[in-house]
Amino acid sequence: MFDLINPSRIFNWIEKLINFINSIFFILLIIALTFALVLSPPDYLQGDSVRIMYVHVPSAWIGLASFTAIALLSIISFIFKIKNLNLITKSIAPIGLLFTCLAIITGSLWGQPTWGTWWAWDARITSMLVLSIFYILFILAHKLIDNKDRANKVANLIAIIGLINIPVIRYSVDWWNTLHQPSSIKLDGTSSIHPSMLLPLMLMLLVLLLYCALILLMKYKTEIIRIKKKNIKRI
Amino acid sequence: MLTKKVKKRVSFLSLLLISLVIAVFFILKSLTSNILYFKSPTDIQLSQDIIFNKKIRVGGMVKKNSIKINAQEIKFVITDLKNEIFVSYSGTVPNLFSEGKGVVAEGKLKDKNFFIADRILAKHDEKYMPPELKDLMKKNVK
Repeated sequence: MFDLINPSRIFNWIEKLINFINSIFFILLIIALTFALVLSPPDYLQGDSVRIMYVHVPSAWIGLASFTAIALLSIISFIFKIKNLNLITKSIAPIGLLFTCLAIITGSLWGQPTWGTWWAWDARITSMLVLSIFYILFILAHKLIDNKDRANKVANLIAIIGLINIPVIRYSVDWWNTLHQPSSIKLDGTSSIHPSMLLPLMLMLLVLLLYCALILLMKYKTEIIRIKKKNIKRI
Repeated sequence: MLTKKVKKRVSFLSLLLISLVIAVFFILKSLTSNILYFKSPTDIQLSQDIIFNKKIRVGGMVKKNSIKINAQEIKFVITDLKNEIFVSYSGTVPNLFSEGKGVVAEGKLKDKNFFIADRILAKHDEKYMPPELKDLMKKNVK
């Protein structure tokens, strides 16, 4: 079963996939941005500053999803010692960190005109900050520890410990009083965002996910090349 | 596939996760009063030991028809639909501050019913819709 995700086999179709995403990415980006910035209506309360949502919300989702993926893959990798999974988690981490920081920064920019403050130490915002710290620890573990097996083990454990933070972020707005509003889109699929605003939100999510896939594939390719190069040296 | 080593790692991980969940649960539970970003008027009415000189935050809804603005200050009532608290504030308010909307006031309590704020933050809800729809809804209600 694990032979399917054999690095050398993946290498061949990664190139094709990258080219395919490249060919549709910019067209979709332009469509999504047109909907988000021009065609969608302003909010009845917030006016045009609601448009920050179209970057903020997908970024936060991707930040959370990336870490969940890293943690779950880390569990499998820790138990069955599959080296290839570590290459994948290593490639996801910078993307997750980027989008978590993007969510925090856009949130800050959004907070100023709506709430009246750049920053608040409420549960949602603080737990997002903790998430970014976990990302940084994960990346640092790979960078600072020279012994590869040890680095993988430490990074995996960091990811598994950080998994606890994910439900805390998700439910922080329900468990405690926060300045951040409750989730607009519930897990059961109901949404309190008007359809004319939900469409650009989903389009932006799609575009940002494609961007993630692009970066992930490129990063993964580099990791494989790095390993191959090492083996050549050894021979 | 399930060798002895794998079993060992599985039990190690599950033990780690369970103990972590329990630890985090108790830490968060004991820190609840610090994690809460603001207190509701009911929390203040019920609390026994109020420190009047310490800065706290009170949050809730701005009561309808309660905002009174004069040259020096803005007065309004924060309600959580059970209890109310009078707030006095001088300074600028965020754009989203209005009657019937969420608000968080930062400042000091004078007594259980009177709060002097030195900062006002607006708290909005999770609903987003175009302005035309809101007008339509208002008409239907009337």
